[in-house]
Amino acid sequence: MSKRDNIQYTLDWTTVVYYLLLVVMGWISIYGASYELDYEGSMLSFDQRAGKQFVWIITALALGGVVLLLDHRIFNYFAYVFYGVAIVLLIVTIFVAPDIKGSRSWIVIGPVSFQPAELAKMATALALAKFMSQYNYRIKAWKDMLPLAIIIFIPFVLILLQKETGSALVFMAFLLMFYREGMKGIVLLLGALAIVLFIVVIRFSIETIGNEQGSWGVVGAIAIIQLIQIIVPFSSHPHKKESLIFLGLSVLVIVASVIINKWYPVDYNYVAIGTSLVTAIYWAFTGILRRYPKLIAVAFISIGSLVFIYASDMIFNHVLEPHHQIRIKVLLNMEDDPTGAGYNVNQSKIAIGSGGLWGKGFLNGTQTKLKYVPEQDTDFIFCTVGEEHGFWGSALVLIIYWLLLMRIMKIGERQKESFHRVYAYSVASILFFHLMINVGMVLGIMPVIGIPLPFFSYGGSSLWGFTLLLFILLRLDASRLERSR
Amino acid sequence: MINDRLENRRWVISALITVVVLVYIFRLFNLQIIETRYKQGAESNAFLRKTIFPPRGLIYDRNSKLLVYNKPAYDVALIMREIHDLDTLDFCKALNISKEFFDNRMLEIKDRKKNLGYSSYTPQVFMTQLNIEDVAAFQENLYKFPGFYIQNRTLREYTYPHGAHILGSIGEVSRRKLESDPYYKQGDYAGRDGVEFTYESALRGVKGVEILLRDSKGRIQGRYRDGEADEAPKAGTDLYLTLDIELQKIGEQLMNGKIGSAVAIEPSTGEILAMVSNPAFDPSLLVGRQRSANYAALVKDPTKPLMNRATQAQYSPGSTFKPIQALVLQQMGGIKEHTLYSCNGPASSPIKCSHSHGSPVGILNAIEQSCNPYFWSAFRAAIEKEGYGEKNLKFKSHYQEWVDAIKSFGIGRKFEDSDVFEQSSGNVPSQKYYNRYYGETGWRAMTIRSLSIGQGEVLVTPLQLANSMAAIANKGYYITPHLNANDTMQLRKHETLVDSAYFPIVIEGMWRVFEFGTGRRYKLPDISMCGKTGTVENNRGKDHSLFVGFAPRENPKIAIAVVVENAGFGATWAAPIASMMLEQYLKGKIERVELFNQIATSTTNPDVKTR
Repeated sequence: MSKRDNIQYTLDWTTVVYYLLLVVMGWISIYGASYELDYEGSMLSFDQRAGKQFVWIITALALGGVVLLLDHRIFNYFAYVFYGVAIVLLIVTIFVAPDIKGSRSWIVIGPVSFQPAELAKMATALALAKFMSQYNYRIKAWKDMLPLAIIIFIPFVLILLQKETGSALVFMAFLLMFYREGMKGIVLLLGALAIVLFIVVIRFSIETIGNEQGSWGVVGAIAIIQLIQIIVPFSSHPHKKESLIFLGLSVLVIVASVIINKWYPVDYNYVAIGTSLVTAIYWAFTGILRRYPKLIAVAFISIGSLVFIYASDMIFNHVLEPHHQIRIKVLLNMEDDPTGAGYNVNQSKIAIGSGGLWGKGFLNGTQTKLKYVPEQDTDFIFCTVGEEHGFWGSALVLIIYWLLLMRIMKIGERQKESFHRVYAYSVASILFFHLMINVGMVLGIMPVIGIPLPFFSYGGSSLWGFTLLLFILLRLDASRLERSR
Repeated sequence: MINDRLENRRWVISALITVVVLVYIFRLFNLQIIETRYKQGAESNAFLRKTIFPPRGLIYDRNSKLLVYNKPAYDVALIMREIHDLDTLDFCKALNISKEFFDNRMLEIKDRKKNLGYSSYTPQVFMTQLNIEDVAAFQENLYKFPGFYIQNRTLREYTYPHGAHILGSIGEVSRRKLESDPYYKQGDYAGRDGVEFTYESALRGVKGVEILLRDSKGRIQGRYRDGEADEAPKAGTDLYLTLDIELQKIGEQLMNGKIGSAVAIEPSTGEILAMVSNPAFDPSLLVGRQRSANYAALVKDPTKPLMNRATQAQYSPGSTFKPIQALVLQQMGGIKEHTLYSCNGPASSPIKCSHSHGSPVGILNAIEQSCNPYFWSAFRAAIEKEGYGEKNLKFKSHYQEWVDAIKSFGIGRKFEDSDVFEQSSGNVPSQKYYNRYYGETGWRAMTIRSLSIGQGEVLVTPLQLANSMAAIANKGYYITPHLNANDTMQLRKHETLVDSAYFPIVIEGMWRVFEFGTGRRYKLPDISMCGKTGTVENNRGKDHSLFVGFAPRENPKIAIAVVVENAGFGATWAAPIASMMLEQYLKGKIERVELFNQIATSTTNPDVKTR
């Protein structure tokens, strides 16, 4: 056996070190979070969360070791099989899972409970990698993305049915991988635009103009679209003049409607929609007549956005349930509700904020010890780091995650086989999404979506799931130096 | 190659990840280092600053007899958020309260207008100052009532049912006090009246703090850093009063069934030996749960038992004013060594005499026989000695001289440097007053003749009256009357404006009152006593019965003033009461038991609740 075949030499030890660092820091934090003031036990007491997590860590390492010993090709060969098994498990879960805090996502077998959604991420990543590594497959048109959308959509819906909205949303992360694999960047930009418009509409929807003559939310969002409609054509040479005319007209409309309003009440929402619509239609015709696809796209996006604005308003006020509305309102600072929906986030900010620069020291956190922070060893585990280890500790954790993500992307880029690369980017995307949502939630800049912090949060399912995800990548990566047999 | 272009997207994704991580690090920096409110938030979350109340100082009398001490009491507190599955009826039964009381109390607690600091997370007092008996049944069943707690505090307990007006009481601090003194927190107790109020800051001690860690459900999880940051309470300082509780007790017993007061002062020190005000009440009535009900009943009582008549009631001194008058008029020249004034008995004009005695009279007889015409003549002679002068100015200046001299006996103004709570000022009418009433030149000696015999506008409190006797006993000065035995009041010596040479003859006259005059029936055989009775007309019925005096004549140990409202002659009521209080103080016991029982069981006012 040559060195090339020996996993000891082919394994990416850097990643393993990052992984171990995160797992151990997580374990310490869980001990800190679940530590009771009058508790005398050690980190290895199995009646405690930290002790149980230790078991999960050992078994996860064993699992990772097993993965590393497997032949790397089985992941490619059996990708669809894994996917199929995962889907079946998800379906079964819907029917057999007991209701745990409103979610039906756990399969309970004796003392062990287990969440198939964690496995589904890995399986979906493999399936996508398998599909996208087909000979000659490339994302060029929308139709190329349809099968991908279906592969994602099935587990997404099944997990939604288990009332695990957070875990379902994780599947959005694959968009980032699609982008790397050729999906048009505009999709991501449109996604960002949609989020911005949604926030503007909702945030300012309660602020009405004049005597109920429109809302700053709607008018502001339309103003953003109008600016896009002016700036984008302006940046392409032949339409500079017309863009400027539309800019002038828009200003004129604003002034005129304010003046008219003195004698006759104006509904500013309609004025804004009208102006934007006229502009869009003009660009659409100009685009078609002069064969400028970019103009057509602008018009298309504008009209789509107008529809989206109205839909956002409608959905927020009439489709979303009050407790979801409240969560969004609290996040957008529209409502201050430190005892209700804002309680979790407020307490988590207090816990983190009270840590200061150096933190209160290991096991000295008061907010986490005294259970002010909810779910403090699972979704809100980052609070414990913030409180006990302060700014330097929590920044260090973020930096290790950043290093890990950069490392995974580097691994992705050095793969010869697109199956490996796609899988690597899937792993990076999933971990990044978890990090962004989880830490963002704890810091109060993302809505409260309950998903674990990878490798950190307490729980066997999630640790096993993430370990599998990462170690399959490591196994695939290790094979790049192997001689083909 | 197309792939080359896509490879560059790696950097876009890297940039995105980096930006997010940087934003989060910046956010952490902001939360943990720039913002300070989260640190405070954490403290108010997790730290339960439990106040440890120091034991309040004990109160003793001048002979170190314990008067006031502390006994444990219990508050029932609740944390609204923790209450669940409450069986209200069971709860009410355990605490022996009605459902209505419970409902009202809960509404009151939640009403932020009444209960400013309300929070459903923090302990709120539900019932306060329960006895161990009240709380025993509740304590046993406490497990059934999650969210309810029992807190310890102390209540005042009294050894004697006497001296309520002097001792005062403690009660919940008022909102004004809360705002003016940061030491107090809502629900704290502080002295409200009496020496409990005056010596509040010494008696209360200094509160301590115990910092406990409280979890999100409000449960106490232990002490912060094992009590390192706690502050130990400082016990209150004990208070030794000038009061002689036995004398106070005898005084209160003698005043039983009567309205009035008796004040005894040690002349050489200004120490108040007894300060009786009747109707009185047992100080333990104003303690604990019954406080408000008892207080309301006392407020409603038409005989005003809450009022400390010894310091707050104002009376015309009547004939008891004559010794001071005699001193001041000597000083002013209205009475000279051998001055005699004629008296026509009841036929005298403008003021008649109520006693029959020879005429003309000298100062000794005038005091002994309480001769009104004598004092009128002397008064007029003193302030009219230079006539009226231009615009009455000469007359008025002599009147002012008289006012100042009278006031120098501590009459007509509060003892501002005293620790006696809630005094009335009494009154010695000013020039200004008469000018306003009669015009600048519209009044003369004749107009204000009532003043000569202690009637009319001149008003004194029993405390002032007793103090004026101390000034006479001291032959020319008094020490501010006070209640704290450890106070160095000796320094606050007030000289009267009357030369000490004029005192012996007045003292002689007062001695004669006991030897031959109105007080002779109540003279103690082996003690030379000085005194003066007074029978004061007033507009509320029968005359007030007054007596002032001191004893022994040489080296006086006690000066006294007694007022019995609407009882009749001074010699009938006030004189025996004063006499027996002198006996008690000078001899340590009452030998005239029959007299004592007779006075103690007599009632002059049927409205007064006898005790």
